[in-house]
Amino acid sequence: MSTVVSKLSDKGSINVARTERLISGALGSALLLTALSGRGAKRLTALGVGSALVYRGFTGHCHAYEALGIDTACGATASDLDRVGVEVSECFLVAKPVEDLYRFWRHLGNLPRFMSHLKEVEALDERRSRWTAAAPLVAGGLIQWDAEIVEDIENQRLAWRTLPESSVDHRGSVEFSPAPGERGVYVRVELTYAPPGGQAGRWIAKLFGEAPEQQVRSDLRKFKRLMEAREIPTIEGQSHASCYGLGQLLHS
Amino acid sequence: MKAVAWCAPHLVRVEEAPDPAIINPRDAIVRVTSTCICGSDLHLVDGFIPFMKPGDILGHEPMGIVEEVGPAVDPDKIKVGDRVVVPFPIGCGECFFCQRQMWSCCENTNPKPSLGETMHGHATAGIFGYSHLTGGYAGGQAQYLRTPLADVNLQKMPEDLTDDQLVFLSDILPTGWMAAEQADIQPDDTVAIWGCGPVGQFTLRSAVLMGAHRVIAIDDESSVPERMQMAREGGAETIDMNSEDVPYRLFEMTGGLGPDSCIDAVGMESHGYHFLGSVYDRVKTSLMLETERPHAFRQAVKCCRKGGTLSVPGVYGGFADKIPLGAIMNKGLTIKTGQTHVHKYVPKLLDEIRQGRIDPSFVITHRLPLSEAPHGYEIFRKKQDGCIKVVLDPAA
Ligand SMILES: NC(=O)c1ccc[n+]([C@@H]2O[C@H](COP(=O)([O-])OP(=O)(O)OC[C@H]3O[C@@H](n4cnc5c(N)ncnc54)[C@H](O)[C@@H]3O)[C@@H](O)[C@H]2O)c1
Ligand SMILES: [Zn+2]
Ligand SMILES: [Zn+2]
Repeated sequence: MSTVVSKLSDKGSINVARTERLISGALGSALLLTALSGRGAKRLTALGVGSALVYRGFTGHCHAYEALGIDTACGATASDLDRVGVEVSECFLVAKPVEDLYRFWRHLGNLPRFMSHLKEVEALDERRSRWTAAAPLVAGGLIQWDAEIVEDIENQRLAWRTLPESSVDHRGSVEFSPAPGERGVYVRVELTYAPPGGQAGRWIAKLFGEAPEQQVRSDLRKFKRLMEAREIPTIEGQSHASCYGLGQLLHS
Repeated sequence: MKAVAWCAPHLVRVEEAPDPAIINPRDAIVRVTSTCICGSDLHLVDGFIPFMKPGDILGHEPMGIVEEVGPAVDPDKIKVGDRVVVPFPIGCGECFFCQRQMWSCCENTNPKPSLGETMHGHATAGIFGYSHLTGGYAGGQAQYLRTPLADVNLQKMPEDLTDDQLVFLSDILPTGWMAAEQADIQPDDTVAIWGCGPVGQFTLRSAVLMGAHRVIAIDDESSVPERMQMAREGGAETIDMNSEDVPYRLFEMTGGLGPDSCIDAVGMESHGYHFLGSVYDRVKTSLMLETERPHAFRQAVKCCRKGGTLSVPGVYGGFADKIPLGAIMNKGLTIKTGQTHVHKYVPKLLDEIRQGRIDPSFVITHRLPLSEAPHGYEIFRKKQDGCIKVVLDPAA
C-alpha cells in the first residue's frame, strides 16, 4: 500500500498548488473550467506527468520517488522492460466479494469494458489471448499483440505478459487482497509497458495519449464502478441549453 | 422541454433544451412536477463555484412522476408512474460511503473525479445541476430530468400528501435536520444558528424538536425581517447582526459560556460585519485569491463554547483565508459538515411529515411558473418582496 498512497498524496499536493495558481489567474469561471477539465488540462497534465514519465522511461530514474524515499518502482534491473518502460501501479478499494472481482477479471474478454484503450481481448486458449488496442497515431489505428497468463492464483492474483515474439513488451498483474473487516478488497494493478527498440516516449504516447498513469487510474476506477454500481456514470449525451450557441460549443 | 440554464455568472435564462433520454441502463426519466431554487444555486449564479459551463441546466430540488425507466432499473423498486422525490446527491448504494449512509460522498457517481481530486483531494458524489466539480449532471429546474441509478436514488412518495409538503425532502429539510443532528444537541444546550434562509429555518426547527434548551437565530433584521419573524415563530430567539454585537449578545445570553453548538447556515457568501473585514474578503474573492467569504464561520468559531461543536451545512467550495485555527484548536472545538446525506433521512422525515409533526411547506413564499425562474432568482438573491423560498411549476 505505502507506495501507492505516497504517490497519490504527492500528486494531490502538487495539483492543489497548481489549482490555486490557476484560480488566481483565471478571469472567468467558464474559462477556468475549460482550462481544468478540457483539453487544456490534459495538456497541463501532460507537461508534468508526460515529461516526467518519458524522462523516467529513458533514464530509469524517478526524482519524485527519490524525494519520497521510494525505491521500489524506479531501480534499474537487468530487463529491458524495467529500464526503459512505463510502470504504473494503482490501487482501489472495491466493496464486493473477491470471488466476483476475480471471476470478472479472469474472463479477459471483459477487460475492454473498463480499459479504455483496449478494443478487444480474445482468449485463444486457457492461457493465451490476443489483445487489440486503439492507437490513433499508428497506421490503421490499431496495435495487436498476444499475451499469456503467467500466474493464476484463484481469488488472489493474476499476471500476464506478452509472448516473446510480440511487437509489444507488456506485462501486467492484478492482485486482490482483503481489506479490513467488511470493507471489501484492495485491487492493485501493476502494468509495465516497454517499447520495441527503446523508443519509449513515442510509443507510449501512441498507445495512451500523454499520461499513462492517469489512464490506468481511470481504467481501474471504471472497474470499481462496474463492480459496485454495475455501470459507469456519464453525462455524455445528456441535454443542455444553448445559451446563444455557447452551450453547443462547450458541451461537445 | 423548457429548462433553466446557467449562461454566465449572473445570467440565468429559461431556454428550450432537448428532452433528456435514457443513457445508462439504470437511468430513469422523471417528469418534474415541482422544483425549487436554493441558496446553493445562488453560489453558482454569483460565480462563487467556478465550474459551470454555459448551457448547464440548474436545479437540484425536484420531485415528479417517473416517465420512463432504463432496462436495468429494478422494477420492484421503481416503475413508470411512481411519484418520487429526487435527492440532490446521487448515490450508488454499494460503495464504502453509501453503505455507511454517507451518500453525498459516493465514490461511483461523479463522472469527472479528477476535478474534485485536484481541488479537494477526493471527489464527492455527483449532484444534479451543481457544477462540473460534482459531475456536471443536468439539473432539475426543467420539465424533465434524467436520474442515474434510479432504483437506489429515487424516493417513492405517497399520493395523499401534496408536492409542497414533500418537495423539500430533496434537500433543505434533510439538510436542516442533519445540521441540527451534527450539532450533537443535549437537553440543556443553547444552539446558535447563523442564517435564517430556508436552511436556517429547517435547522432551527429541527434543533427545537431535538430538545435544545434555547435556540438563537442570527440574521439581518433590516434586510430580511420576514425571515427573522419566521425564525421567532419557529421557536428561536433572534439576534440582529446589524444593530447588535453578535458575540457580546451570545456571551451575555449564556453567562459567558457561549453557545454549546454553533451552526453556520450561511455559507460562502456571508456578509461581513465591519468595513475592513468585508472588504478584505471581497477584494480577495474578486481577484480569485480566495474563493469564499467565511464571516459567519469565523464568528461561529469565536462564539462557540470551549469544547463545543460547530456544524456547517453552509456550502464552501474552495479556499478561505483567516480561518481562526488557533481558536478551533485551543478551545477544543469539533467541526461537523458535509453535503447532506439526503437518502439517509428521507424515511424518517417522511414519517414526521405523515404524522403531522413537520409541515415543511411553511417556508414557501413564492410559487412561479418555470418560465419566470429568472425573476425568482432575482428576488431570492436580493431578498426582495419578502422572498424566502421559491417553488417553480414546470407545467405552468
Ligand atoms: N449542506 C448541504 O447539503 C446544503 C444544502 C442546501 C443548502 N446549503 C447551503 O446552506 C446555505 C444557506 O442556504 P439557504 O437556501 O438558506 O440560502 P439563503 O441565501 O436564502 O440564506 C442565507 C441567509 O444568511 C444570511 N446571512 C448572510 N450573511 C450572514 C452573516 N454574516 N450572519 C448571519 N446571517 C447571514 C442572509 O441574510 C440570508 O438570509 C447556503 O450556503 C447553501 O448553499 C447546503
Ligand atoms: Zn439546495
Ligand atoms: Zn456510493
